[in-house]
Amino acid sequence: MLTSANDYGTLPFFRAVVVFTESWREPQKMNMSLVSRIALGFVVITPLAVGPSMVAHASEDVIKIGEVGSTTGSEATFGVATHQGVDLAIKEINATGGVKGKKLKVILLDDQGKPEEAATATTRLITQDKVTAIIGEVASSRSLAMAPIAQQNKIPMVSPSSTNPKVTEIGDYIFRVCFIDPFQGFVMARFAAENLKVKRVAILRDVKNDYSVGLAKFFTETFKKLGGEIVVDQSYSAGDIDFKSQLTAIRGTKPEAIFVPGYYTEVGLIARQARSLGIKVPLLGGDGWDSPKLLQIGGKAMEGAYFSNHYSAEDKSPHVQAFIDRYRKAYKDTPSGLAAMGFDATMVLADAMKRAKSLSSADIRAALAATKDFQGVTGRISIDQQRNAVKPAVVLKVVNGAFSYESTIRPG
Amino acid sequence: MEVVRSQTQVVNRKFSLNISALQTLVWALVLIAAFVVSPWVEQGINPYWFSILIYCGINIILAVSLNLVNGFTGQFSIGHAGFMAVGAYVAAVITMGLSANPAWNSWVAATGIPADAVLPIGLFLGGVAAAGAGYMVGMPSLRLRGDYLAIVTLGFGEIIRVVMMNTEAVGGASGLNNIPHLSNFGWVYSAVVLTIFCVWRMVHSSHGRTLLAVREDEIAGEAMGVNTTQAKVRAFAMGAFFAGIAGGLYAHQLQILTPQTFDFNKSFEIVIMVVLGGMGSISGSVVAAVLLTVMREALRVIQTWYDVDLRMVIYSLVLIILMLTRPNGLFGTREILDFLPASWRRKLAGGAEARGGGK
Repeated sequence: MLTSANDYGTLPFFRAVVVFTESWREPQKMNMSLVSRIALGFVVITPLAVGPSMVAHASEDVIKIGEVGSTTGSEATFGVATHQGVDLAIKEINATGGVKGKKLKVILLDDQGKPEEAATATTRLITQDKVTAIIGEVASSRSLAMAPIAQQNKIPMVSPSSTNPKVTEIGDYIFRVCFIDPFQGFVMARFAAENLKVKRVAILRDVKNDYSVGLAKFFTETFKKLGGEIVVDQSYSAGDIDFKSQLTAIRGTKPEAIFVPGYYTEVGLIARQARSLGIKVPLLGGDGWDSPKLLQIGGKAMEGAYFSNHYSAEDKSPHVQAFIDRYRKAYKDTPSGLAAMGFDATMVLADAMKRAKSLSSADIRAALAATKDFQGVTGRISIDQQRNAVKPAVVLKVVNGAFSYESTIRPG
Repeated sequence: MEVVRSQTQVVNRKFSLNISALQTLVWALVLIAAFVVSPWVEQGINPYWFSILIYCGINIILAVSLNLVNGFTGQFSIGHAGFMAVGAYVAAVITMGLSANPAWNSWVAATGIPADAVLPIGLFLGGVAAAGAGYMVGMPSLRLRGDYLAIVTLGFGEIIRVVMMNTEAVGGASGLNNIPHLSNFGWVYSAVVLTIFCVWRMVHSSHGRTLLAVREDEIAGEAMGVNTTQAKVRAFAMGAFFAGIAGGLYAHQLQILTPQTFDFNKSFEIVIMVVLGGMGSISGSVVAAVLLTVMREALRVIQTWYDVDLRMVIYSLVLIILMLTRPNGLFGTREILDFLPASWRRKLAGGAEARGGGK
């Protein structure tokens, strides 16, 4: 049966490959049953799968960092942007001598945006690749699938941009470098009271969305503490199209600004309808607004609106501009917020590794927890008791159909 | 014609009954064996391959249960992830609720039942809830055929997802987390054995004959006195039951449930397993489920060689090549035993030769 493949080569493996392909092309000629063809298929595939793990691993002078991200699937842009930030950070750290004399190496595994793949990839990174720490994931749902595994194996995990408070509640090895949702309510309240100097604000929240509800709650608390007044608290549900009744009620109370902590789809429509009802006061919101679609839906009605975000490419601080220059050189593109967060997550992790007594996970964990005033691209980052980042947020303004940097609000 | 051929089986009834009692015993032993070897497997295998093994098991249950509907009954359902979601959420809510219930805990402590016992309770009730959902969807919609049924099942899957997303009690859009990690090799693979056994017995029973009659020719079947709608609803509810169990196992393995997980992509993944394995081949579904689950992970190494993520490119290429070379799936309507030499087969025999299809 194998004789016909003799001409193709002497290596048994290549012979198997050739026989395999041949057998599927001309099964009659090869006279092989389906079972033997499938069996042959496994003979061909197994070395491909197992082979590399038998190859000796690179020298021990490398610190391996795992990254899990959605580089394919419907959320591929998130994963790719984050990875570019991570990659840039790794290159910079290695160019300046690495950590404790060792180079960093990132191992990126794709999860297709599926929680179960994120979990399996995390297990693989920890048990097969023996990584020292893990960066990931962008989405909270995937981070929540990864965190129990990292916690169980006591491998420090740093999420660049999962804002759901539950993520770091999983255990003491789970960190994040972004602020959590409620903080944005605080930021916008400070901004309204101190920068816009308004006293009367109306709230229009999405009741079906805990993100929106959380922001509204913290906005109300902070704004009242700062001497402001919430004149009316109206609500809608994601997917609504007509907001005229809520907006009419808001108009009657004559607010000086309206806080709409929803997602861009509804916010765009709300802005249009508010303007058509003659409401001219500025709209305020959170990072759920951060999409070019906001301007497509809202159009001119969005002009003069403010929202909080993690970072702005227009921030004039020298280290931000330096990061943007390096990123442009590497990827020919302006870094998005996610890329900046990926960069910061890696930098915070490397910084903790440098400060750690040893590269054991317990020491890295302790160093991460002790992170204080680390100068990142997205602001000065400190890690609090709950392993969440305490850091400033930027406020962006819609001017001439683009988001422009307005101000930075610091915590506390 | 399949229906005609199966009539001859009746003659051998007595003989095959004895055989089937023996086979049932063998299956029961395999089921117990799954529990016995469970601790060894869990410690002996690298955790990474172990987690793949668990997902293989869950996917086998999903593929085999969908095969009952899509393969044996010939109804094209693409809402299997919806039933999985029902089972997953119900099972998770039950185990979390019971574990937090002081009355249950003191009862467990008093009777000495292992605390893990909440899992089978959750799984069973999750399966029942999914079967109920399958019955409710099946009753009105299974009078439809082909494309129309596909659209109804697709719509149902989406409805389930949106309902979960808007139900605050199960975490809404941000999902249900902190589910206890209870799935282990024993539970998953005993569920696999149970699923294969039930589907296999179903297909080779007289109920199974009616399913095959529906698939081969609905009008002729009806003329022979087969209640086709009832047969379809039965297959649908049974398929949904096992999908619900798979969902429960999935929930207690991953420890988090989000509605987005159960979108139509998940349904299509299961349909791909069934079609690739062969519509109407139980062992085909098993092989395809294992192949696709392992392949997704095994292809990761290619990325480490070239630094480019070709994983999904190769994955899709493999699917295209397999479907071009084997348009009826890996096994068609045959089972893995059919590839054994005829003399062995006769010995194993039983009802086994009354296979899924006669094409």
